[in-house]
Amino acid sequence: MHIPDGDRSPSTCAVLFAGSTPFWYASLRRMKRALNTRMIPLLSVFAAFSFIVMMFNLPLPGGTTGHALGVGIAAIVLGPWASILAISIALAIQAVFFGDGGITAIGANCFNMAIVGSLVAYGVYRLVAGGAAIESPRRIVAAALAGYIAINAGALIAAVEFGIQPMLFHDAAGAPLYAPYPLHIAIPAMMIGHLTIAGLAEMVISGGVVAWLQRAEPHLLEATSGETVGWKATRPVWAALGVLMLLTPLGVLAAGTAWGEWAPGPGAPEGMRRMAAFWTAPMPQYAPPFLRSAGLGYALSAMAGTGLIILAVLIAGRLTRGRSQ
Amino acid sequence: MRGSFVERSLKSLIAASQYAAGAEQMAAGNGALQRVDPRVKVAGLFGLVMLAAASRQLRVIGWLFGAAVLLALLSRIPIQKLATWIWLPVILFTGAIALPALFLTPGRTALSFGGFVITEQGVRAAGFLISRAETTATLSSLLVLTTPWPAVLRALRTFRCPVVVVVILGMTYRYIFVILQTAFEMLESRKSRTVGTMPPRERRRLAASSVGVLLGKSLQLSGDVHLAMQSRGFRGEIHLLEDFRARTSDWLWLTGFTSIAIAGIWFQL
Repeated sequence: MHIPDGDRSPSTCAVLFAGSTPFWYASLRRMKRALNTRMIPLLSVFAAFSFIVMMFNLPLPGGTTGHALGVGIAAIVLGPWASILAISIALAIQAVFFGDGGITAIGANCFNMAIVGSLVAYGVYRLVAGGAAIESPRRIVAAALAGYIAINAGALIAAVEFGIQPMLFHDAAGAPLYAPYPLHIAIPAMMIGHLTIAGLAEMVISGGVVAWLQRAEPHLLEATSGETVGWKATRPVWAALGVLMLLTPLGVLAAGTAWGEWAPGPGAPEGMRRMAAFWTAPMPQYAPPFLRSAGLGYALSAMAGTGLIILAVLIAGRLTRGRSQ
Repeated sequence: MRGSFVERSLKSLIAASQYAAGAEQMAAGNGALQRVDPRVKVAGLFGLVMLAAASRQLRVIGWLFGAAVLLALLSRIPIQKLATWIWLPVILFTGAIALPALFLTPGRTALSFGGFVITEQGVRAAGFLISRAETTATLSSLLVLTTPWPAVLRALRTFRCPVVVVVILGMTYRYIFVILQTAFEMLESRKSRTVGTMPPRERRRLAASSVGVLLGKSLQLSGDVHLAMQSRGFRGEIHLLEDFRARTSDWLWLTGFTSIAIAGIWFQL
């Protein structure tokens, strides 16, 4: 996936560079805040480690070998933000010094591998590992899946970048100026190699290294383990909330409606009638206009409402925390 | 163990070391580009890379490639090294991508044989891919083959690259060779202790544990480096020496790069 110059147009590369910049900026800010003076040596040495890991030839099932990117293990050990920076720096040095990947394509390559890769790997790892113990085999499966899915997500994004080139950039005679294959060729061509060899390499290295760390250096897995007492304690509450949301359509079974619930009932005062038309809700009567099923509309409304409440609480919590700090 | 993953990994590590050593040796040489201010080289060569990437005419890309080869010869970079380090890997990678384009790109028939049809548009598409990749890779390599890495990094500061990024890039480059040496020694010692062929499962376990050990050593190293930096008074502020002075010859080189770029743009019109 270290794509050289010339496969994507300069404008595509510029857009992806611009898209990567906020992630780099946010990562640098977070790392600086969390690590202070430790940031520079940690990122430098880990970027150097990522660079070397990309040179390892890994034995894969089927007798072949392949190179891993190491993005899965970087996201698991360091967290997504440090991983974004470490992998980006390794890719930049590979491109500029070793000519592996194009100079104009640095932003695009970093977007696909460092940013998408790190965020997907971290998300999948946390999702699958849940609150499992550090030494749990579930974490090995989670790491292997994280590496596999992350590398394939990056490859898919790269394939889409290639696939749109012939549509956007061609000369007067119709000859493509950059990657020549449309989406229906670019996506399978890119994904076959990554779903098999490259994906397996990343899977082997991510799962294998986590298994080794569990035995030898389990403390390195603690930073992103997500093991918190608060989450475990509230897990039954979240489960109950989920069940309640699914049960909300039960109300639709009841015959009739409460007086004045949806509209001013007979004999309602004039002022109440006038005010009823003052505001129209986005989802009136818990029935989104694009859904025909009343039951599904109820469940969807429950989910949207709960989501909004959680979001409001999170924002309020963050504001309060910011003020207290 | 012939062709095993340990040997292949060792081969990759040795190739990287040899390339870096060769690049440093050439950068310390007395060729034409080696004497140019690194800022001029960064701006000029990056401008030409951009022009090659944006060009819509094969002849312009061809001229830029010719200019890159001429600059390499003036800078006493052996063409054989360029062919082995740059041109061959690029043609193998990009050629594999470009080859099917000859047949898959719709357009006017240029050649047909045994049921296969090569189109004119396919030939142009493949030509664009390969010529662009070779030209930009050659131009990019000229920078690192004629400039010491620390000078490249200091030149980046002129173009407003954040100082923290410059420092991290510099330190990363240095520690790549430290970790590369560690990885080399680990794999070499493992190879010397291994007799016969290991089963595939055992090979995978060995590869994962090697990476795990390297990870532990790297993190230990980062802690040691941090303590060493702190003990020397590092408190988070970074200061870089920027001691470049442009001479008349540097301005002439800048004019030369600009002239090539203007000529390239002129021929696009």
